[in-house]
Amino acid sequence: MMQGKMAVVGPSETITVFKAAGVDAFAAADEKSARETLRRVAHDYPVVFLSEEYAGPLQDLLKRFDEEAYPVVLPIPAGKETGYGEAFLKTSMERALGVDILFQK
Amino acid sequence: MELKKLKARLSTAERGHKLLKDKSDEMVRRFTVLLKEDKRLRDEVEGDLAAALKQFALAGALTAPYVQETAFSMPTVNLQADCQTESIMGVDVPKISLSAAEVPVALPYAFSEITSEADGSVRMVSALLPKLLRLAEVEKAVRLLSYEIERNKRRVNALEYIMIPQLEETIKYIRDKLDENERASIVRLMKVGASASS
Repeated sequence: MMQGKMAVVGPSETITVFKAAGVDAFAAADEKSARETLRRVAHDYPVVFLSEEYAGPLQDLLKRFDEEAYPVVLPIPAGKETGYGEAFLKTSMERALGVDILFQK
Repeated sequence: MELKKLKARLSTAERGHKLLKDKSDEMVRRFTVLLKEDKRLRDEVEGDLAAALKQFALAGALTAPYVQETAFSMPTVNLQADCQTESIMGVDVPKISLSAAEVPVALPYAFSEITSEADGSVRMVSALLPKLLRLAEVEKAVRLLSYEIERNKRRVNALEYIMIPQLEETIKYIRDKLDENERASIVRLMKVGASASS
């Protein structure tokens, strides 16, 4: 068993509230610094919340975390709506099943 | 000899194929359950988090940014997450739980510094954390399982459409050849017998 803390990476206006709730916050103003920060943070923290707007551009980095159970990087909807959640469900559903069982459009 | 070896291989391949297929079916079933849970959780979290952030933004508008910054920079609660792994059909997926049984709601600042909107939003986020962790867990499991299912499917297909047909073909060829040889030797013996008796 492993003990670990949680971290949140995102623009400063959305992460401050997490900080008050006891999650370590790392500010990232743009895509590039988010990439840097995430790489560093994922090394030390088993659970990382990433602001959703960076999840799309950092897809390649996120893929690297998919080989192991940890670290868990969860894109969270913060601020801007990007439809990441739906897109994520869709791609993994198609990869595994080949059919759409949730949205059925 | 070779025929015997090939037959053994074929039966192993068939058994493996059946097992892998069962595994694949079960994984798909688990995957569907997780997928539905993921969707439900995500919808909930999206709504709650949006509300919390909206309220926080409202609070931010009422206080000077630097006041807010200092008020929030020293958190009083120190959350620990217990990270374990759980196996779903041989795939290791994370299992996370918050160490503190109930999430503490102590606020890291004096009430005089910050408006009550901020209190509310911090509380909301604190209350949301277990759900966020569960979502993280489920989403990672969905991700890992989807890759594993894909790999497994490839293995099943390789066995079903390549390995097994090839083995069957080779076995048939060898058997035909052996039968042919046998017939030839019988015919030869008959001929020899016929010519010896005449």
